[in-house]
Amino acid sequence: MVEFTLPKNSVVQKGKNFPAEKGATRLKQVEVYRWNPDSGENPRIDTYQIDLDQCGPMVLDLIVKIKDEIDSSLTFRRSCREGVCGSCAMNVNGKNTLACINAIDEYKGAIKIFPLPHMDVIKDLVADMTHFYAQYASIQPWIETQSPAPSDTERLQSPEERKQLDGLYECVLCACCSTSCPSYWWNSERYLGPAVLLQAYRWLNDSRDEHTGERLDELEDPFKLFRCHTIMNCTDTCPKGLNPAKAIGEIKKMLLVREEG
Amino acid sequence: MKYQTPLAKAHGLGSAKTGTHHWWMQRVTAVALIPLSFWVILFIQQLFHASYPEMKQWLSSPFNLGLLLSWAFVSFYHAAIGLQVVIEDYLSPTWLKITIVWMVKLAFLGGAITALVLAIRIAVSAG
Repeated sequence: MVEFTLPKNSVVQKGKNFPAEKGATRLKQVEVYRWNPDSGENPRIDTYQIDLDQCGPMVLDLIVKIKDEIDSSLTFRRSCREGVCGSCAMNVNGKNTLACINAIDEYKGAIKIFPLPHMDVIKDLVADMTHFYAQYASIQPWIETQSPAPSDTERLQSPEERKQLDGLYECVLCACCSTSCPSYWWNSERYLGPAVLLQAYRWLNDSRDEHTGERLDELEDPFKLFRCHTIMNCTDTCPKGLNPAKAIGEIKKMLLVREEG
Repeated sequence: MKYQTPLAKAHGLGSAKTGTHHWWMQRVTAVALIPLSFWVILFIQQLFHASYPEMKQWLSSPFNLGLLLSWAFVSFYHAAIGLQVVIEDYLSPTWLKITIVWMVKLAFLGGAITALVLAIRIAVSAG
């Protein structure tokens, strides 16, 4: 359901101020969303002045520095620090991205860091991904076949068939796209969202998979698939440069060909 | 307290096995409305310069009456299925959603029937 105003206990308040260390010359103001479920307080925005001469080049380096040196209670997910694990997805200056692959220099003025939009927050920058992962599991993201595997080789794919998976297999399921999508904000209980639909298409498009019809059956639904109104926020925000909107369009085309073709 | 698993929640009631036709008809009617709407604009422009009997005469031609009715039907249909999507997007209480979607559909059906009745009246009175 559409929510145009925040519930009372979600209204964000002004937080603490952490001034720069003495002698720092190259300063960056960093504003970070903070919320602790145990405190009983509303969320707040803490402001940190960071000395860029004492900090790594990426946005993730900023928050790692804050946690290491200024405020160890700051909570966020991170792992690979090179854009392949998808853990550090967050909203930086209004756009969902992976903090580890965006340089601080790309942002003019203050850097504002929030958790992924319209997700339940567990703490600070950590969003609850349970439903997102369950939706991913619901599309059965594994190969489904009737034919037994060849006894002496793996299931073969020609270079052309393998190429059809390019632009799909690279997805790291960071949820930047799904949580940037208004349709997903309003109807995520039922709408699968761009990330999961891109993965659904990855299996629809796999030459080795033999359950295309069953997969399409499961997707043909006014809410699961057709809540996509080609808003394109997903493609605009994808930190890996993928095109979920196109993948969703291809699924709609497959359904159309099945019905009318 | 709920012990339902996240996967059960994600599956929900399963797929409705429908939606493609609705989505496709939005596109088809949108494309059809491009030429039809240009024609209606020309028609309305003529309205300003013609007398009532002239207009009735012109409308009694099956070609003109057919195009005008096509425009009315396609517009009403397009508006009904388009508004349905808007309502489904923004309203989640199930019964409220179903009720309003059907009120909208019936209102546009009423509009289409009215257009048909009026068109028949013009055609009969002109003939």
